[in-house]
Amino acid sequence: MEITTRQEKSTTVVMVQGRIDAVTAPEFENYLSSLIAKGDRRFIVNLGALEYISSAGLRSILATAKRLKAEQGDIRFSGLQGPVEEVFKISGFYSIFKIFDSDASALNDV
Amino acid sequence: MEVLSTIRVPAKLDHLHALIGMVSNCAKEQGLGEKRINEIEVAAEEALVNIFHYAYQGQGGDVEISCKVERGRTFIIEIIDAGMPFDPLAVSEPDTTLDVAERQVGGIGVFLIKKLMDEVTYRRDGNKNILALAVDLRT
Repeated sequence: MEITTRQEKSTTVVMVQGRIDAVTAPEFENYLSSLIAKGDRRFIVNLGALEYISSAGLRSILATAKRLKAEQGDIRFSGLQGPVEEVFKISGFYSIFKIFDSDASALNDV
Repeated sequence: MEVLSTIRVPAKLDHLHALIGMVSNCAKEQGLGEKRINEIEVAAEEALVNIFHYAYQGQGGDVEISCKVERGRTFIIEIIDAGMPFDPLAVSEPDTTLDVAERQVGGIGVFLIKKLMDEVTYRRDGNKNILALAVDLRT
């Protein structure tokens, strides 16, 4: 798993590549927690290069979303494809999260 | 039933990647496509992680995983532990309609196993839990 971030005005765009499984999910969650701790509140998580996610990954996303909600923050997802999109759909994550085709559409939606 | 590969290791997260790698290689050798292999990896991870976390209640124990082929038509991943009796099929399905605040991820793992695999069977044999994840090779 590899995580990179970039800033788009007040939004932090997080790109995650590789696999979020039971081994790497804590690292992913800690990374996002550290960004929240330093004050970031608006996130777009780009999953376009993510090859794999299991329920451990979903749990880390949900925990992050709950933390952000408590801080009046916002989390959006972009670029879902293949198996990651399928796991999100089966788990009902499309109905609880704002999901966009691209970072640009996620940024432009108010 | 032809056994393709078996490994037995301590039921610990440290071994997850080795176990999933074995399952993934077996699935590839059976000619399954990338998408189906990814689904098998997710289902196997969910079953294994449940065992790592709950089967031995803090005591150590092993997990054994085998890849098998039945009548050339069905690919089976059999996962065996000697921990406390646990039938994942008896776990109630999560409410996937709740919002972020109410949503629990507990139960999603088992739900994914059921949705992604063609057939899932559980049996308790003596002191063992035997979970079999089956995938149709003809589709």
